[in-house]
Amino acid sequence: MNKESIKSDRPKGEVAVWFSSLGLSLSLILIIGLVSMIFYNGILVFWPDQVVMLEFQKGKGQDVKGSNFIAGEITKQQSKIIKDLNVKLDGLAAQEWQLHVGNKDAYGFSYKFFDMQHLVKESYPQDIILAERNEYGSAIFFAKYLQLKNGDKLNKDDPKFETTLKELTQECKARRKDILQIEKFEIGKINSKIEDIRLEVRALQRKGSNPEIEAKIHSFDAEIKFLQKGYEDLAAKSRVLREKQNENTLHAEIVTGEPMILPVGNIYSFYYPNRLSTVDKISIFTKHFAEFFTEDPREANTEGGIFPAIFGTFVMTLLMSLAVTPFGVVAAIYLREYAKQGFLVRAVRVAVNNLAGVPSIVFGIFGLGFFVYLVGGTLDEIFFSLSLPTPTFGTGGIIWAALTLALMTVPVVIVATEEALSAVSRGMREGSLACGASKWQTIQNIILPASAPGILTGLILAMARGAGEVAPLMLVGVVKLAPELPIDGVAPFVHLERKFMHLGFHIYDLGFQSPDSEAAIPMVFATTFLLIMLVVALNLGAIIIRNRLRKKYQASTF
Amino acid sequence: MNKMTKNTTNGTKEVASEKPDYIKVDNFSFYYGSAKVLHSLNLDIPYKKVTAFIGPSGCGKSTLLRNLNRMNDLVDGIKHEGDIRVDGESIYDPFLEVISLRKRIGMVFQKSNPFPKTIYENVVYSLRIAGRNSKSELDTVVEKSLRGAALWDEVKDRLHESALGMSGGQMQRLCIARAIANKPEILLMDEPCSALDPIATAKVEELIHELKTEFTIVIVTHNMQQAARVSDRTAFFYLGKLIEYDKTEQLFMSPKVKQTEDYVSGRFG
Ligand SMILES: Nc1ncnc2c1ncn2[C@@H]1O[C@H](COP(=O)(O)OP(=O)(O)OP(=O)(O)O)[C@@H](O)[C@H]1O
Ligand SMILES: [Mg+2]
Repeated sequence: MNKESIKSDRPKGEVAVWFSSLGLSLSLILIIGLVSMIFYNGILVFWPDQVVMLEFQKGKGQDVKGSNFIAGEITKQQSKIIKDLNVKLDGLAAQEWQLHVGNKDAYGFSYKFFDMQHLVKESYPQDIILAERNEYGSAIFFAKYLQLKNGDKLNKDDPKFETTLKELTQECKARRKDILQIEKFEIGKINSKIEDIRLEVRALQRKGSNPEIEAKIHSFDAEIKFLQKGYEDLAAKSRVLREKQNENTLHAEIVTGEPMILPVGNIYSFYYPNRLSTVDKISIFTKHFAEFFTEDPREANTEGGIFPAIFGTFVMTLLMSLAVTPFGVVAAIYLREYAKQGFLVRAVRVAVNNLAGVPSIVFGIFGLGFFVYLVGGTLDEIFFSLSLPTPTFGTGGIIWAALTLALMTVPVVIVATEEALSAVSRGMREGSLACGASKWQTIQNIILPASAPGILTGLILAMARGAGEVAPLMLVGVVKLAPELPIDGVAPFVHLERKFMHLGFHIYDLGFQSPDSEAAIPMVFATTFLLIMLVVALNLGAIIIRNRLRKKYQASTF
Repeated sequence: MNKMTKNTTNGTKEVASEKPDYIKVDNFSFYYGSAKVLHSLNLDIPYKKVTAFIGPSGCGKSTLLRNLNRMNDLVDGIKHEGDIRVDGESIYDPFLEVISLRKRIGMVFQKSNPFPKTIYENVVYSLRIAGRNSKSELDTVVEKSLRGAALWDEVKDRLHESALGMSGGQMQRLCIARAIANKPEILLMDEPCSALDPIATAKVEELIHELKTEFTIVIVTHNMQQAARVSDRTAFFYLGKLIEYDKTEQLFMSPKVKQTEDYVSGRFG
């Protein structure tokens, strides 16, 4: 066989195969690159860095508050852009470093670039402390002594210094919890009771006045007074606790030489960043990681965790699925099984498909106009007229957000369900009808179960789209900070009218609306990573259910 | 020819049916869209007898069978002329609920179509549909029907496994069990044995014999011997027309029409 014939034996269209594989590899590389970049940057946030102390030549423009010393975690090292073409620099001198210097209360910033050209000395002091605080971000300082409430001073060189400080912060942490419990839940409960009574009084007053009503109102007044007394007691209790938080103080000095006095109650946790072993680092990493998942955000969301956002996203996506599935499935059943297949049905189908192409913000506007103002406003007028003009349902809330997204994703579910329904074999339908089943019984017992995997595929796509959507949510209920979760321990437990936090919006808010965007960048990555993880987890859940169903309804080949 | 006639009578003497025109096809024509596939058929199917439809592929056997329980209603653009009456009642009576008609008429399809459910649930489907859910009743029905379809011994230990894990032949017998579970008056079988091995086929034929005492059976088959073995009457169709309809013995041994003779002796078709 000669070469020519071998060549001609090559299957036709091989080039097309190469091209398609090229396309696949390209998109895979892009996706993997994106996810790993987000993962790497997101995960770094939790890793404790060393704190470097830098000394510069004095008066070269690197001074902070008159001092040529600075300390912080290195967040970026890059070469400078040198405008003067005659200057040639290399090595360290050509670089500028961005440090996370903390101490925002003292410096007025917490991130800053420093020109390394004027560096005199770089060192890693062993006894420098990094403390996370409840305000102004973290603090980086050298401790001097601990002023205890009994008047004792505990010097930083005292062997008990570190353990005592640790114990005290633990104590404060427990107390902080108590304070939160009192201020958020107990006082909140009393407030809502008082509010309820006020509404009742208002309702009575509207009825007009007769002695009976007057008496009732009077008894209500007494009750309010009683509740107010309880409120004052609680407030006093929390005041006492708050004062206790400030009993012990840590006296310290930051690198610029400025003194710093920290009430121990302000310190969440502290560590010596330059003394950490790998095990310590891992344990701090895990702690940060866990806090990120479970805690409320602090400091305009740049510190603390994002639990409310995770929870909000999760609940909203779940509510959306609950709304979109029956709606989409019923619509698809009608279109496919009952409607006479003709021009009208075809037109409806095209319209439904096109609905998927409408910009999501349009759905947001519709949701605001229809759900929030019309439906919510009407609900308020009928059921919550007493608390008007304060809206209950007539303002953005998680239920309206879920419904808006459900509306947005319903075409996906309809299309997928229709596909699944039409894939059920005619033989199966006829078999059921021949057994004397009505059309609805056939749909319910045979067709729906057999098409459940396909319907779930549609739901998976809808969830993926819904969970990542931000624009429409901004109009119908997402807020920057919503400390009250949509589901909690206060009756009636599920508060569908509440505003909520959402990971997607959180990313936008942190990255672009934050007063300190440098501080927020790591959190943006971490949050993005988490959002992706959440979507993956939701999808995995649905995929597992689908595979179970598939196995159940899988037809064997003869 | 001779070989075949040996099997025609099953050793039993034919007893005259109580109702010779239990199902009456009266000048019936049928169209798929504009294509006329059945041409003015006249046919009386007797009560508690087995009637076989034979004829070459595409001659309209299935179409007629599927009209007996109005299964063709599902097809778009159909039209019929004439009438079909079951026990004197027109099946096209606008006051007749098609569901109640189908409850009286069981059907086994040319292609087996078990539901994606367990074997047990497949068999009791028609009972559940009718709202009969008592466990003991269902259990007896399942055993009786599966025994009737010669499937009981093979599946009695896996009644609660999916029916889709069975072999093709088992599926077909399951469909038979499903069709007889609710004791219909009429049983329509469209080539029930086309996917079965000879042993299962023999079992199904035996079953047809037993069922004959309770049901009126109409069976479509391509297997001449089978038609000869199981049926009391045979109708031969050709291109949508009824060519000959007679007692099976008569039709196979001394057909009146030349076309029939050619077909049953295997000379064409
Ligand atoms: N759903 C349908 N739509 C249009 N034409 C159909 C349809 N079903 C059957 N036909 C046509 O009707 C005619 C009769 O079909 P039918 O299925 O009754 O034949 P058959 O005798 O059962 O054949 P076979 O022995 O191959 O099963 C055929 O010409 C077929 O093409
Ligand atoms: Mg057929």
